[in-house]
Amino acid sequence: MIWDNNFAVSIFPILLQGLWVTVQITLLGTLLAAVLGLVFAVLRRLAIPVLSQVVSFLVVFVRGTPLLVQAYVAFFVLPAYGVSFNALTTGIVVIGVNYSAYMAEVYRSGIQGVPKGQWEAATALSLPGVRTWGRIILPQAIRTVVPMLGNYLIQMFKDSAVLSAITVVELMATAQAIGSSSFRYIEPLTLAALLFLAVSYPASRLVNRLERRYAPQH
Amino acid sequence: MDAVIQYAPLLWQGLLTTILVTVMGGALCLVVAFTAGLARLSRHRILRWPAGIFIEVFRGTSLLVQMFWLFFALPFFGIQLHPLTAAVLALGLNEGAYAAEVVRGAIASRAKGQTEACIALGMDPALRLRRIIIPQSIPAMLPPFGNVMVDLLKNTSLVSLVTVADLTFSAQMIRSTTGQTTAIFITILVMYFALSYLLTLLTSWLERRFALDRKALTLQRKENALMKVGAA
Repeated sequence: MIWDNNFAVSIFPILLQGLWVTVQITLLGTLLAAVLGLVFAVLRRLAIPVLSQVVSFLVVFVRGTPLLVQAYVAFFVLPAYGVSFNALTTGIVVIGVNYSAYMAEVYRSGIQGVPKGQWEAATALSLPGVRTWGRIILPQAIRTVVPMLGNYLIQMFKDSAVLSAITVVELMATAQAIGSSSFRYIEPLTLAALLFLAVSYPASRLVNRLERRYAPQH
Repeated sequence: MDAVIQYAPLLWQGLLTTILVTVMGGALCLVVAFTAGLARLSRHRILRWPAGIFIEVFRGTSLLVQMFWLFFALPFFGIQLHPLTAAVLALGLNEGAYAAEVVRGAIASRAKGQTEACIALGMDPALRLRRIIIPQSIPAMLPPFGNVMVDLLKNTSLVSLVTVADLTFSAQMIRSTTGQTTAIFITILVMYFALSYLLTLLTSWLERRFALDRKALTLQRKENALMKVGAA
């Protein structure tokens, strides 16, 4: 028999623990990406000399290089300069920064989508910059961004498997560890795949529905 | 930096492998994308459902899981793939599933009148797709295809985890022998960045090449050139 049911049942609880870590990485990583991405998008838009260009380049550079290599850099290079966290924290920061580069683009298109009249009205009312951004522009820009945030959340959920390469013990690493210690790969890897699917498929359905509800209304 | 120079041949080999995997994965991705994307649009359930399941499964699970499954689990079924084959297969199928949605979306969003005109002219469905619908959809497909290809390029770094000696794998080897972590990783980051930049350039060239109103564009360009000459 190729598929051993008893074995599959026995490893399921351990895999669920791995899934829980994956979910934690995803939620914290998305939070970080959402905040950092917003900061990047606003910094680019403000056109501060040097700083805005540096941010623009960083965003493009992060988008143009593999997550795995970025993770290696954070895991192997940074400790040499005295910056070191545990693998899980490093993983969350790496994936958060990686996705923030994508989120920055989403925010940017959201900000661009705000009609020019809104800016002009804010100027006419002589609102200070902070209030223009905080009360007028961002609330409108972020509305269109919500569904995209959901898409990136799901994407990150799947991408977080890459972090197993820097010893973060999430779902993928758990499955691999079970495989190499028991010499049975079919059950852990298949179950891991099914668990990924069981979370991401309903989630993407939900996001699709959100997308329709949050469609821009101006 | 001397580790980078000393091990340059190894990095070069890795770079070539990365390019090879990208090209093969990209070719497979295109085949999968059109097969699954068109099947998804078929009138026949027998084609539509398997394509739908394929797309959802490969988009719904992690690329790394798929690659490991092909590499570690498949041998238990008596199928032992070469690491490179497993890697290319996983990349092509995974990115192909994403690209299939691009194909489906682009074709589904064609103006209905085109199909109706084809039917009025008595074209059969195959000819309709081949001569009218697909050529018209290509400009709409190109930008998202470009993104998929850049993704594919970046994801080739995962093949190092199933022992394919690509750029990332070479870098890891050099790192563990020399310990010059910073120089090596900065070097390959820049190399990956250059490759994805090249892919972006290629995509925008193709976009211009396949633009629907290409003739209008060339005319415009000629006019502009003339204007410049006149101004000088």
